[in-house]
Amino acid sequence: MSSRAELGQVEPGGAAARSLAQDAWRRLRQNKAAMVSMAILAVIALLAIAAPLLSPHPLGEVYWDRIQMPPDFENAHWFGTDGNGRDLFIRTLYGGRISLMVGILATLVSLVIGVSYGAIAGYVGGRVDDLMMRIVDIIYALPFTFFVIILMVVFGRQIFLIFVAIGAVEWLTMARIVRGQTLSIKNREFVEAARAAGVSSAAIIRRHIVPNLLGPVVVYMTLTIPQVILLESLLSFLGLGVQEPLTSWGVLISEGAETMEAAPWMLIFPAILLALTLFSFNFIGDGLRDALDPKDR
Amino acid sequence: MIAFVARRVLIAIPTMLVIITIAFFMMRVAPGGPFDQERQLTPQIEKNILAAYDLDQPLPLQYVRYLTGVLQGDFGPSFKYRDFTVTELLLTGFPPSLKVGGLAMLLAIAIGIALGTIAALRQNSALDHAVMATAMTGIAIPNFVMAPLLTLVFGVFLGWLPVAGWGGGALRNILLPVIALALPQIAYIARLTRASMIETLGANFIRTARAKGLREQIVVTRHALKGALLPVVSYLGPASAQLISGSLVIEQIFGIPGIGRYFIQGALNRDYTLVMGTVIVYALLILILNLIVDILYGYLDPKVKPS
Repeated sequence: MSSRAELGQVEPGGAAARSLAQDAWRRLRQNKAAMVSMAILAVIALLAIAAPLLSPHPLGEVYWDRIQMPPDFENAHWFGTDGNGRDLFIRTLYGGRISLMVGILATLVSLVIGVSYGAIAGYVGGRVDDLMMRIVDIIYALPFTFFVIILMVVFGRQIFLIFVAIGAVEWLTMARIVRGQTLSIKNREFVEAARAAGVSSAAIIRRHIVPNLLGPVVVYMTLTIPQVILLESLLSFLGLGVQEPLTSWGVLISEGAETMEAAPWMLIFPAILLALTLFSFNFIGDGLRDALDPKDR
Repeated sequence: MIAFVARRVLIAIPTMLVIITIAFFMMRVAPGGPFDQERQLTPQIEKNILAAYDLDQPLPLQYVRYLTGVLQGDFGPSFKYRDFTVTELLLTGFPPSLKVGGLAMLLAIAIGIALGTIAALRQNSALDHAVMATAMTGIAIPNFVMAPLLTLVFGVFLGWLPVAGWGGGALRNILLPVIALALPQIAYIARLTRASMIETLGANFIRTARAKGLREQIVVTRHALKGALLPVVSYLGPASAQLISGSLVIEQIFGIPGIGRYFIQGALNRDYTLVMGTVIVYALLILILNLIVDILYGYLDPKVKPS
């Protein structure tokens, strides 16, 4: 840690919160699987961001003389080419951009809906809480995947819609977790003190409840991202997700699965990247849970 | 017990109604209809077709008619498979889906619990780490990646099993789909069993059982396993839902003539009635399985009295 962080700790007021985070960070750093996963994810994200700089081939370029070639270092086709003679390395990295972006944005959508819904239900309590949670129970019983698929078919395959559809489906568990946490936090002394001091409900939710929810929310968020990436890949695999000229890992895996006998590299590279990403998020989520909630061990 | 079941069934009715309603109106507000892609028809013929399928009626009336039909077990005619009613299609599609899905579920429960228990009994041994690493792989590698990879290895490279096809449901044809479908659930169940088994083995009643001088085998199978299985049983509801969504992809990849394929094809063809029919069957299945799980839970956990 730098000396600036140590200096910061001396600041009055913020010391307790900072040391809690530092404590969690220290525990997280001891978790080898989580740290390796973070490094892997960082590399994958960097590759996806810097994609155009890493390959001499532009995204849509078709090489008629090099159709479905295995990995070829002479022409800088590190992952080979696909059935249309396009470089797979660059397509896989651009696919990663879409998959990661959908994963993060749709998770944010689910985060906003889930946290506000759960915090309101938990804080208001009583009949409102019963009603709100009953609604969640009913939606829970619906076969999600089917509705996302119908949504994609009905409203066309726009990438914007993928975020909204997946986000709208994934918020339920978040709402439940947040509600449970809110219920236990709202009866603590510091909330009572705030209420006694005349702070408004909205301000109590914003200033006192939500910050204390951060731990479980962050953990669950890390575990939602891989689920969302998975769902997007599944949709794309079925031909219902991302459309050309855009691509995603699901699309590439689907194309690869069709030609795997003749060109296994088309399946293997995107599959490895997708699996590595999902692995990493899961390990980081597990690590964060252990780090933030030591009594759960 | 009967009251418990009755109440659950009563809750299931509005849930089913919500599902049917949402699915019905979502399909209908979509731009484009089931007969769009065909060659231009004369207005009179088009009118006749629409009338034959009730599509010329106002939407609320169509909805009511559809609902009354469903209550009588009539899911209407399929729009794309012209000579079949949806009920016929569902009846032909259900057995293959059930066979693959049911076998996958049984496999997942049996192997998942066995692996989880072994890992818990040998906590932190090399065996434990190996099982848990494998479980993580099962969770992180999705069905639709695992299925082509399995096919690549066992179908293409080794040539032991057919790459795809139903073959009348022969064992060699369904082996790969069942395994691909079961793997993620095996992984989840193994993790759950391990965690709760470790917790249960540390409980006081287990110490008592050991202190009485019972053999370790009996302590584990008679005493620990029953308590340790509670979280696993409560996971079976979500597990079956996940298995069903997984089967959509698996049936597509392996060319299994089940209702999962009908759903995907129906959605792509805007075959309204077929999509509705499959959604209703799946939703019903999920609700029934959840009910069974709840009843099972009541039997296993003396603290929950289903009354």
